[in-house]
Formats: sequence, C-alpha cells, structure tokens
Amino acid sequence: MMRKNDREDYNFAFLDEGSKREIRRSILHAIGIPGYQVPFGSRELPIGRGWGTGGIQLTMSIIGPEDTLKVIDQGNDDSVNAVSIKRLICHTTGVETTTDTQKADIIQSRHRIPEEPLREDQVLVLQVPQPEPLRRVDPHEEVTRQLHADGEYTGIWVNLFEALLTRGSPFLGASHPVLVDGRYVMSPSPIPRYDNPKLHQAQCLYLFGAGREKKIYAVPPHTDVVSLAFEDHPFRQEDMSGRKCRLCGAENVYFDELVDEKTGETYYQCSDTGYCQKRRQQQEQAECQGKGPNHG
Amino acid sequence: MDNRTPVLEGNHITVRFGEGCDYCRSHPEIERGRCPKCHTIWAVRDVSFQLFPGEILGIVGESGSGKSTLLRALYFDRPATSGEAHISLYHQGKTNILQASSQQKRYLRNHLMGMVYQNPMLGLRMGLSSGANVAEKLIAAGNRNAGEMIGRSQQLLRHVEIPVERMKEAPAVFSGGMQQRVQISKATANNPPILFLDEVTTGLDLSVQAKVLDLIRSIQKELGIAMMVVSHDLAVIRMMADRTMVMLGGRVVEEGLTDQILEDPIHEYTQTLVSSLL
Amino acid sequence: MGYVAVTGGQEAIDASIELLRDYRSRGDVPVDLTALRDRMGLLIDRIMSEAGLYAPDYAALALKQCEGSPEEAVFLLRAYRSTLQRNYTSCTVDGSQMHLRRRISSAFKDIPGGQQLGATYDYVHRLLDFSLEQENEEEVQSWKEQFRAETEETQALSDQAPRVLDLLRQEGLLEQVEEDTSEPCDITMEKLPLPAPRSAILQTLTRADTGFVSGLAYSDIRGFGMSHPTIGELRYGWLDIEVDSPVEEGERIYVGAVDITEVEGLMGSRPGSSGIGVGYGCVMGRNDTKAIAMAVLDHALTLKDTGPTSDMEFVLLHGDCLEMNGFISHLKLPHYVTFQSKLDGLRNQKRSMGHDEEK
Repeated sequence: MMRKNDREDYNFAFLDEGSKREIRRSILHAIGIPGYQVPFGSRELPIGRGWGTGGIQLTMSIIGPEDTLKVIDQGNDDSVNAVSIKRLICHTTGVETTTDTQKADIIQSRHRIPEEPLREDQVLVLQVPQPEPLRRVDPHEEVTRQLHADGEYTGIWVNLFEALLTRGSPFLGASHPVLVDGRYVMSPSPIPRYDNPKLHQAQCLYLFGAGREKKIYAVPPHTDVVSLAFEDHPFRQEDMSGRKCRLCGAENVYFDELVDEKTGETYYQCSDTGYCQKRRQQQEQAECQGKGPNHG
Repeated sequence: MDNRTPVLEGNHITVRFGEGCDYCRSHPEIERGRCPKCHTIWAVRDVSFQLFPGEILGIVGESGSGKSTLLRALYFDRPATSGEAHISLYHQGKTNILQASSQQKRYLRNHLMGMVYQNPMLGLRMGLSSGANVAEKLIAAGNRNAGEMIGRSQQLLRHVEIPVERMKEAPAVFSGGMQQRVQISKATANNPPILFLDEVTTGLDLSVQAKVLDLIRSIQKELGIAMMVVSHDLAVIRMMADRTMVMLGGRVVEEGLTDQILEDPIHEYTQTLVSSLL
Repeated sequence: MGYVAVTGGQEAIDASIELLRDYRSRGDVPVDLTALRDRMGLLIDRIMSEAGLYAPDYAALALKQCEGSPEEAVFLLRAYRSTLQRNYTSCTVDGSQMHLRRRISSAFKDIPGGQQLGATYDYVHRLLDFSLEQENEEEVQSWKEQFRAETEETQALSDQAPRVLDLLRQEGLLEQVEEDTSEPCDITMEKLPLPAPRSAILQTLTRADTGFVSGLAYSDIRGFGMSHPTIGELRYGWLDIEVDSPVEEGERIYVGAVDITEVEGLMGSRPGSSGIGVGYGCVMGRNDTKAIAMAVLDHALTLKDTGPTSDMEFVLLHGDCLEMNGFISHLKLPHYVTFQSKLDGLRNQKRSMGHDEEK
C-alpha cells in the first residue's frame, strides 16, 4: 500500500488536521497539570497498538515540515521498530531525521532518555505502554482515577514496602514511579531508574503518549520530579559502576550487557547508540588531527 | 477524654436499595425490610445509636437484618441513603461524615477507624506479605520510614501471636484464624479510636473463636478502643459487648445493657434469640 | 536480541516485506477480489463489524493484502478509517424498519409477522461436501437463476414486521428503562468514559472481537454470571441509511443500506425489580452468535454482580481487536533496557539476601 511518497495520498503527518488540533489541545492540558493523565481520543494508526502509537500521535501532532526528527528504541536509532516509526513519519511528512540528539527538534523514544542533556527548544516524546502507576494497585480505571483525585497513594507505597520486605529493595526495575510537582504520582514510562533523575528540573519538555490506553501526560521544563523512596532507603539507580563501553570507552552511562559468542565474556556497550557513535567520530577526528602534521 | 460524649454517633441512618413506594414509605415494619409491592430493600432503616469511648457496642441479628450493612455504611464501603453520623474527634463532631468528601472519608478511615471483616479477602491483600498488610495502615496514616514500619509490624504481629519469621508470607497461605489475627493487627496498627468488627469469628473453629475473641478483648482493654461488634451469635455478643442493639428487618427493635437484654428480653424476636442461647 | 543490536533495521524490514510478498503469492492462482467479497461473505461481515467500517470491497482488499488474517484485515480497515473525514452523521436508524431476511424468536411460537428461518447453518449437518471440490460454475449459475425466480414468486407483501418485545413492553412486563435522549458518545473520537454510558457500551461491544464477546457471554451463561437468556427476537436484514439534507431542511437523502443482525434478549429480572431485563445486541452483517453474545453482555453490565461479565472495565477494555493483538504482539519488541534494569534488581536482591544469610 505504501508508495514511494505517501504525502500525496495522505494528509501531512497522516492524521487529519482536526485530530491533530485535538491532540495538541490535550497536550496543552497535560502541560498545564504536570503528571496528570489527560484522556484523549486515540486514533488508529498503520502501526500496531502497543508499538508506540501514543508517541507517534504526539509527534505527528506537533511536527512541522522544518523539524528534524530522531527516533530511538531502547536507546537505539537503528532498531527495527524505531526505523519503522521513523519511516512512517518521514513518508507522511518529508522531514529530515538525525541520530544526533543535539541536532533533533523532536526525539521520540521508547524506554530511554538520551545521555546528552536536552535543551529548552527540544521535545522528548516517550512511548508509554501503561500510563497508570496505580494499575497494580487496582485494575479499574474508575478506582485509580479517584485515588489520583484524592491524592491517595498508599497502595503504591505498600507495593514498594513489599518489595523491600520480601525482596530486599524497593528499587527493582524500570518504570519506577515519580511524584511530579508535589501532586501526581506518575509512571515515567519503562525507562530504567538510571534515567529518572533526568526528568527533574529539566530544560526540555517531556511528553508521554499511551495510544492503546488513550492517555497523554507531560513534564514541563523546570518541574520537580522526585522518584518515590522511603526516608531511610534513598533512591538508587541501576549499578553501572566499573563498566566501560567496548566501542567508545564511555563510563557513567547506561549500558547494554552483551556476551561475546567466542569467549563467553560479558562486555558492555552504550545503550544510547547515537551518543556512542558521536563519541567515536570525535575520537576519530581527534586522531586524524593529531596525525595530521606528521603526514604533512 | 470525656466519657459522656459519644466518640461516634449515628442519627436516623437509612440504607435502601431501590426507590421505595408510597406503601413501603408508610410501613416501617415490612417483613425482612423488603417491600412486597415495589421490591425495594430497606437494608438499614432509621437507625440511631451512640458509641462511647472505650466501650464495646454489640449488634446482633439474623442474616439480612442490616447489621453488617450499617457497619459498611459507617466505614464508607457503601453509601448511606440518608441519616447522619458524627465523630467527636473530627471537626468537634460537627461534620456529618456520611456526607463527607471522598478525601475526608479517606482521612477518617486512615486515621480514626479500623475494620475487621468476616471475609479476610476484604480486609487483606492476599497477594502481599502479612508485614506489608499491617504496614499499609501505617503508610496510609503518612509514615514513610520503612525501618520504623518493619519494626512496628513485627511488634503488632507478635502481639497477635504470629511468628516474626512468617511476616514475609502472604496471608493467603495462613489458616482462617491467623488471617483474622493479621486483620486485627492491621486494623489496630495506628491505634484508631474506633474499631468495627463484622462477624469476625464466624466460620472459625470454636477453640479458635475463643482465642480471637480473647485477643480482641485484651487489645480493647489495653488501648481503650471503642468497638462496634456485629454478630449473629448471641454467645459472642454476651462475651464481648457492654451494650447491645438487636436488629431485625433493617430496624433496631431493642437495645440496652447486654446483661439486661439477656435476662429480660422485651421484643418477641429477642426472646426467641435468648431462649435459643439457653 | 540480535536483531536490534545488529545495525541495519531498515534492511531487515525491507527484506521482511519482500518475504511477505513471497508468502502472499504462493501457488499460481490469484485471489479474485470479487469472489472474496461475494463468496466469503461471513468473513467480510466479521471484518467490517470489528473494524467499524461498512466497506465490503475494502474488506476484501484487506484480506487479500494480509493473507486472510482477520485481525490484520481489521487493522488495515481501522487505520484507513482514521484518515477519512467525517462529512455527515446519519439519521437515527430504527431496527423495526429493517427489511427482513431472517427473524426468529425462542420465546414465542407465534409472533406477529411470523417467524422466518432465512439462511442459517444452524440446521445444516457439518459434513464436508466433497462435491464442492469440483464445482461447476455454469451449473451453479443456472441453479441460481431458477432458485431466484421461484423464491421471488413466494415473497411476502411486506418485508417488515413489528418487534416481538413491543408486545411485552405494552403489557408492562419488561423492566422500566428511562428513555435516554442525550447525545450518544462516540468512542472513535474520545476515550471511553468510565463508567461508560449505554451508548458507549453498545458501540464498544459491537466493534469488539467476535471470539472475545462470544467467550465472555458463554462464561456468563455457563455459571460465572447471572443471565438466563431467552432470545425474544433475532432479526437479520438490511437497514436504509439516510442523512439530513444539507440543502433542504427536513429532507433526508438515502445514502445506502447496511446488513445488520439485531437481537433483543430476555434476561430475567434483577434483584429489587419485577420486570424482565432486556439485553440488546446489534452487529454489522450476518453474525447471530456475536449479536446474541452482545445482548448477554449488555445486560450483564447493568447488573451489580461480582462475576467478570459485570465488571465494566474488564469487559469493555479487553475486547478490541487492535488493542489486544497490538499489545500482545508488542511483546516481540526488544525489552532489553527494562530487562537490564530488572537484572540489576535481581542481582541486588541476591546480594542482599546472601548478606542476610551470612549474618
């Protein structure tokens, strides 16, 4: 069905203008109430529900023809799903793409926040499978909506307490809940805890889209975002200490853990591939420049 | 605390399922509280009571008499159709808690009330450890210090004779009597002034029943919590309650000191109850 | 993990698409769209119903495109649907105006207008018909001509009939339901409001996955719910669709007809009520089972029962073809960032527990 250029068959950015305007209104609503989940009439897309349709709808609604786009999945610009999403957006908008975080106006991501800090003129769109941090407390939307309204977050604290009591730590995985602007408890989407602090008092705008669950929420720039933690067990990120990227030598970033097929040894690689690539390019350039005079 | 001021007071509380019709509105004594014309159920009808600090008020009646529904309405598990209830420690008793906002109701439940249900599934999260179940009440009341809460949970569970090493186990694997004991420690975790107990020993073996009842009485003596105890079993009421209300078809048909009711029942229904006990 | 860690996602996708094309072109007999549309009618009906788009030709195209996968076909139609502009809203359609092709009642033997069995597999023995292996199209056509000529002669004067339930309604035997004239919510334009109004419940159920609706309704009547349904009336036929004329006020313009199966189920009375409760089912195309199942669930959702079918969010949030298939299939996406985080937790747990033991 996809022809070379779908821009002639479909509206700019696929969705009709009315839908995009409606989604932008929901975004404004979300920015106005940081961390609050705004319900919206999620549209069907040519990409599967659960495959980033919330993020795509946000990107489609805010993107303009002059924007530069970066799409990552698990930190990777070249993962199949990132490519597939990038392709759909490019086909229907004709925008330029980049892998360089700093050159992008809009970055759509699944499960990661890039290593390089984002600026005020950048938007990070995160794909969210389950926007409701209280879903494990109660499966019913009607109940959790009331809990948010009442600011009643006992259930989520009980779950953290349970993890501490029975498994030794309240910090056991990704999507660790955060308190936004002192009011709403929010799921940061399944980013590792390593990325949670990047949400706090950031320069950029964070938008979160859940297509299947039909929710939009936001963390505006310069907003307090605190990861939930007990007074006597301060928040702890994944332990990445002592690791080093095999490709670019970076330390103090989030790593993918890989196993060398031949030696069976575990080695590490930057999870943020764009960052890793850029570092390697810089290293190469530096080397060339360093060698330059010798050749001359 | 002034012992003359009731800690909890209910006035003309009604819980109704259905809209009601001219007939049942004008006939308060319809059988079993069910209107033969419009099928409306008057689960609780025009019930008033006072609960004084440190006392145990018993509510006895057959199944469907409305006693549990009354408790559930007071604990906000289901809305009351009309009537008022006041807690002396909350806004000096000036607020009708049955009409309070959802946030206020949560505050009241988290800070001033406890509930022990007949079915432990309602009072406990069966998938979580007993320790977390007890801590829930502390978290709800605002505690965010995990170490402190672990200590307090251990202390509470030990008090109801649950070995500390079983604190990490879920109540789902416990016996019925143990589940009730976990519920009791949870409900009393932050020393609430009011505790509701709904048929807490129904379904337990007689020996276990006695143990649970003893435990409740010792906690009551120690903490001075005012309790409302609902049971269909007059023997339980006789053992526990200072004063007793007898409910039938959603209404209170008799009330007074428990001894007095047992010795000199006035209402026909109470007489049947008492004679069956003897 | 390999397929992400390795660069070249773009090439992988391209190759995968080529391969799909290869699968789709197996053998040497092309799929004829007209034949698909006309002779796979029940499949087309099901896809249109779950897609919420009445477009037999596009449904056939979608099926051809995705090797006959119903959920993929529904997906294609839905995605296409969200690019279409809404120009008009049709006038309210009244089921009693249906041009009937089939109409049965299990509650009454004699119904005004009569029972009409119509086309149904209900009484066909499900024996594989090996003669269809060598079907002669000429014979089929000549048989059809003769059949059509004969049936036309016996057709009744009116093809419409009043509803069976109207009789009971007039007698006051049905549960009183307040008339709701509020603007119906449109679940394709807004997030399902919860608790959902009846309009949203019915829209969600009629678009839901056929198997999901049937399975849930089955669980309800088998014992996990409270319904003991009797089919008051099941009717299948076509309904004329009209829109208000944009030019002449009060005028209506006929824009086409849709095939519909409609069910009114008698579900027994609820506690605290004397009247018989009614469940309503209405689906695009010919699909008795889905329409009946929808009626069962419609009623079950109004009961304050503890069964799964009375749990509104459980029923309404898990039956959408796109949502269920999309979310399940997304598990195939790499999750190694989250898994890395989980691994960290596990290692940490092991460390702290080991520490405990040492103590």
